[in-house]
Amino acid sequence: MNEAMQTASPRSCFLSIDQFANLFEVLHALDYEVIGPTLDQEAIVYDRVTSVEDLPRGWTDIQEPGKYRLEQRDDDALFGYVVGPHSWKQNLFPPVSTLSTADRTDEGWQFTEVEQELPKYAFLGVRACELAALKIQDRVFMEGPYVDPNYQGRRLQALVIAVNCTQAASTCFCTSMNTGPRCTAGYDLALTELPDGFVVEVATPLGETVIDALETQIATDENQRQAEAARQQAVDQITREFDTTDIRDLLLTNLEHPQWNDVAERCLSCTNCTMVCPTCFCSSVEEVSDLTGDHVERQRQWDSCFNVDFSYMNGGLVRNSIRNRYRQWMTHKLATWIDQFGTSGCVGCGRCITWCPVGIDLTDEVAAIRESQT
Amino acid sequence: MNSTCSTTGENSITQANSWVPHTAVIREVTREVNEVSTYHLALSDPALAKAYRFQPGQFNMLYVPGAGESAISMSGDPDSPETLAHTIRFAGNVTRSIATMEVGDTLGLRGPFGTSWPLETCVGKDVILVAGGIGLPPLRPLIHRLLAERHQFGQLNLLYGARSPDMRLYTKEYRDWSEKGLLIKETVDRKNLGWQGNVGVVSMLLERLEPFDPAQSILMICGPELMMRFTARAAMQRGMTHEQIWVSTERNMQCAIGLCGHCQLGPEFICKDGPIFRYDQISPYLIVEGL
Ligand SMILES: Cc1cc2nc3c(=O)[nH]c(=O)nc-3n(C[C@H](O)[C@H](O)[C@H](O)COP(=O)(O)OP(=O)(O)OC[C@H]3O[C@@H](n4cnc5c(N)ncnc54)[C@H](O)[C@@H]3O)c2cc1C
Ligand code: SF4
Ligand code: SF4
Repeated sequence: MNEAMQTASPRSCFLSIDQFANLFEVLHALDYEVIGPTLDQEAIVYDRVTSVEDLPRGWTDIQEPGKYRLEQRDDDALFGYVVGPHSWKQNLFPPVSTLSTADRTDEGWQFTEVEQELPKYAFLGVRACELAALKIQDRVFMEGPYVDPNYQGRRLQALVIAVNCTQAASTCFCTSMNTGPRCTAGYDLALTELPDGFVVEVATPLGETVIDALETQIATDENQRQAEAARQQAVDQITREFDTTDIRDLLLTNLEHPQWNDVAERCLSCTNCTMVCPTCFCSSVEEVSDLTGDHVERQRQWDSCFNVDFSYMNGGLVRNSIRNRYRQWMTHKLATWIDQFGTSGCVGCGRCITWCPVGIDLTDEVAAIRESQT
Repeated sequence: MNSTCSTTGENSITQANSWVPHTAVIREVTREVNEVSTYHLALSDPALAKAYRFQPGQFNMLYVPGAGESAISMSGDPDSPETLAHTIRFAGNVTRSIATMEVGDTLGLRGPFGTSWPLETCVGKDVILVAGGIGLPPLRPLIHRLLAERHQFGQLNLLYGARSPDMRLYTKEYRDWSEKGLLIKETVDRKNLGWQGNVGVVSMLLERLEPFDPAQSILMICGPELMMRFTARAAMQRGMTHEQIWVSTERNMQCAIGLCGHCQLGPEFICKDGPIFRYDQISPYLIVEGL
């Protein structure tokens, strides 16, 4: 795509619902595999979608600490839900991947880099908090000193079609984290859903290519006004507030706070919060051999600091209690992440609150520590 | 992206796929003490072997297919990197598989990784090295460097504590080191018949060290966490400051490149921000139980 064709500020247009259905063909013609929201296992999950029929038309999600349930909407909205248990990290940083292989030869072991399958993804329906999460994982995996080639290969060719939230869940707190609900950067296209179509912001030449292949209209002032009102609805629905003032120092000066014992009595160490978190990146490597042992693969799998043997060393465990593991997770996510990567590791999506079986809410835990300070 | 020969030399780490091991051949095995041997490895790829450089204190990930990887420090002379020495204590899965290997066998090697002992800060200073047990190998490349440039430094001391007299590493080299100007003081936890030397913890040697000029000294410690804390405390009681003390830390490592999360200690990734830290940087976290 010709750089000169990039418009100075995002161009905006209106895409009717009928034309939106053609988006899939356009993306397929450009060799993209479309990953988007779809209904499965009584949740809205991100998976391969091939047509508009795969989207969760008319469904929404009701979320509270420890609760997630689907409900029918009284309209036909395609993106009328908030966020589910999945995030785009599963596509860029797959739950299982092979890093290298070893083969026994006459000259001894030969090690080979695995020819990675690098799917060309179009992510459809990326929320503002998720754009922030992508940016955080980019920092972790691509901005050194070491680069993860698997992540990088997938990320650099991904097309991002964002969707502005028009509603929020009780667990959302993106406004406190300055990550949403408005999509402001990191996308090729951003959609705001209206009853009869979408107001589309075109941010990159790639987005331009996609939108040029569809029939669009000029977005009218009325379209823009409606879109603004729809987006405002999400802002108004966000009730959860999270005071992050000096949070790094607050947590790191309270490493022996009694609140850690309190949360340890509730936490099941189930790893759910880390699995659903769009920024968590911990993994372990396992050996997978064939029967002869002459061909061995090194497999990386998602892991979690809540797993007991995660801190195994010298025949013992460093973090042998739930208290220590919860403390590691939360202080990493909210405090030491800032030292390591210059940003918080939390984008305020609220998944960890929703998917915690006992409804532990990290914002409450921080608030409890903060209150005891004053 | 299918090359197996990513370069490991300085400045090239960002281009390489740092996950992929290189083939290394065992050229020589030296039995040190019970359950500890030194493996001299040579990288099979001649270009790589030629480009490979490391700094004292850095480590490699040694890989035995089917068993896994372990972080092992370089223990040889950084100025003769034709073979790369690794002194290994046979502790678990990976290291016990290495124990069964012989000259000519191959294994995987990734590295060098991590930070190094800050030789520059030692110039014009008295240097005190304190090692506990298997903590001596990571200091040995530094000993080589200090002795090679002996005139640049003041008094050089090695304080070494081993579990028992027969667990002391590199004893054959002590004479050479002494002749080149390293003052060696030793202690053991348990003595045996014939041991005339000190008995007790290694921090005691620091408490008694004379002559000792706290303002002029740099202290570098490698050993178990508890031992490093006691040693640092003894040094501070004798007037040294946090900023003059350096330690080598340890955590489980899977990737060694800051991508797997296992080795975190507070804000630090031991693999890439460490293993060597200035004491004031890491001590607030070293003293927190279970962090
Ligand atoms: C920077 C660094 C330098 C080291 N240098 C040396 C050295 O020069 N010589 C030496 O003998 N040992 C050294 N070690 C310790 C050595 O890595 C462990 O003892 C070793 O991992 C044991 O491996 P294993 O698979 O045989 O043990 P197992 O107990 O079977 O361990 C399985 C896995 O657990 C992890 N693990 C277990 N113990 C440790 C540990 N103490 N530190 C880190 N990871 C651990 C490793 O990922 C290992 O592959 C070093 C450790 C670090 C972090
Ligand atoms: S946290 Fe904000 S951006 Fe994310 S889903 Fe909720 S409202 Fe949308
Ligand atoms: S910590 Fe919780 S709220 Fe923050 S990004 Fe992760 S899942 Fe979302």
